[in-house]
Amino acid sequence: MHRGKGMKFVGDSRISADRKPNIPKDYSEYPGKTEAFWPNFLLKEWMVGAVFLVGYLCLTIAHPSPLERIADPTDTAYIPLPDWYFLFLYQLLKYTYASGPYNAIGALVIPGLAFGALLLAPFLDRGPERSPAKRPFAVGFMLLAMAGVFYLTWESAAHHDWEASKKQGAIVEGADIDKESDGYKLMDSSGCISCHGAELTGGAGAPSLIDTGLSPEEISKIAVKGQGAMPAGMFKGTDEELKTLAEFVSGLSTK
Amino acid sequence: MLTKLYDWVDERLDITPLWRDIADHEVPEHVNPAHHFSAFVYCFGGLTFFITVIQILSGMFLTMYYVPDIKNAWESVYYLQNEVAFGQIVRGMHHWGASLVIVMMFLHTLRVFFQGAYKKPRELNWMVGVLIFFIMLALGLTGYLLPWDMKALFATKVTLTIVESVPLMGPALKTLIAGDPTIVGAQTLTRFFAIHVFFLPAALFALLAAHFLMIRKQGISGPL
Repeated sequence: MHRGKGMKFVGDSRISADRKPNIPKDYSEYPGKTEAFWPNFLLKEWMVGAVFLVGYLCLTIAHPSPLERIADPTDTAYIPLPDWYFLFLYQLLKYTYASGPYNAIGALVIPGLAFGALLLAPFLDRGPERSPAKRPFAVGFMLLAMAGVFYLTWESAAHHDWEASKKQGAIVEGADIDKESDGYKLMDSSGCISCHGAELTGGAGAPSLIDTGLSPEEISKIAVKGQGAMPAGMFKGTDEELKTLAEFVSGLSTK
Repeated sequence: MLTKLYDWVDERLDITPLWRDIADHEVPEHVNPAHHFSAFVYCFGGLTFFITVIQILSGMFLTMYYVPDIKNAWESVYYLQNEVAFGQIVRGMHHWGASLVIVMMFLHTLRVFFQGAYKKPRELNWMVGVLIFFIMLALGLTGYLLPWDMKALFATKVTLTIVESVPLMGPALKTLIAGDPTIVGAQTLTRFFAIHVFFLPAALFALLAAHFLMIRKQGISGPL
């Protein structure tokens, strides 16, 4: 930058009155196989970006982003799972010496040491050598950490019941329920809704009661004798009430 | 006409050297895939930035419909997903971009690490890069709650339990993030929204600017 006496400025500003020419450097000024960033190299970067974008859009179209049913804080049977890139941390907390009384080790000490070492890598690996072959410790620790992260992620994903996971979060179509009807009041007082939900759309512990396709007789049989996870003897009312309830449930359907 | 306009601005602000410096800088042979196929490993950083730009743009469009409120958040996402023209594409790009950015950043980090490119004089840029990594993870974590569906709520509850288990400052930290010592609800959602949309992007922009300025100043690390 030109400084000192003899400089001319634009008005009273600090902008030099001498215009710099807006002409690119000649290609002969690039030594060896170096290349001008604009436009030569940027075009190549752009082509890589375009190919990447096509793949990205294909992924977006082939797999619409998931949406589970609206959050229901009362559904305590729901088994949560974080996004895939947190699975290794999640899995770590399942081991004996990283959970319970040792929770601080799994939640703070191990991730803290690993990420702290990553942050401070330039000060831990101080030698002048850059080649991986000449940095056995740095490269070794990184490979070890990577193996750990991959193993934990795999372990977490392999032991997760993805089918149940899909089912417990699925959006269930509801029905217009007359909550003043005798049938609904009976369900409320018999405790049906504590598992099947106030909208009777089910939850993690019980199926939806809408569109069951069952006859009133089959419903009353289940209500008395139970089925699957539902124990027998849940319904304790009279036969008259059982009939009302069964007919109500049998008639539940989506519009 | 455009030249005149440019000259008018340039006379007053001297903008030519600013961008000529970027346009005319030399790209060394060893990072150019045209000369060495292996130079594709140098694309990961640029692709991370590319996805980040897509995340910002798609995020801006998502906020046109999204309502950060426990009654309407899920409804607005459902509407966006199923009713709005191209809503599924915009949300899909934001959803998949969140994963892809982690993948690309991971690969970029490994490239820099295994090449020892963080060594003197690039220590500061490495640390800024790791901080960007943390910001990205935090963006993923806060964004996960926003659709307010089952997995969003319960995964966030787990996260908050872990935060709470931090010795000494755990409960205070949890209250700061969730807005309440016990309830995960309306306050939590608005806080996560504010963190996801304002606080973290602001930090991200500052760190990205520092990251790029340092690369421009120091140049890319040489061949091994």
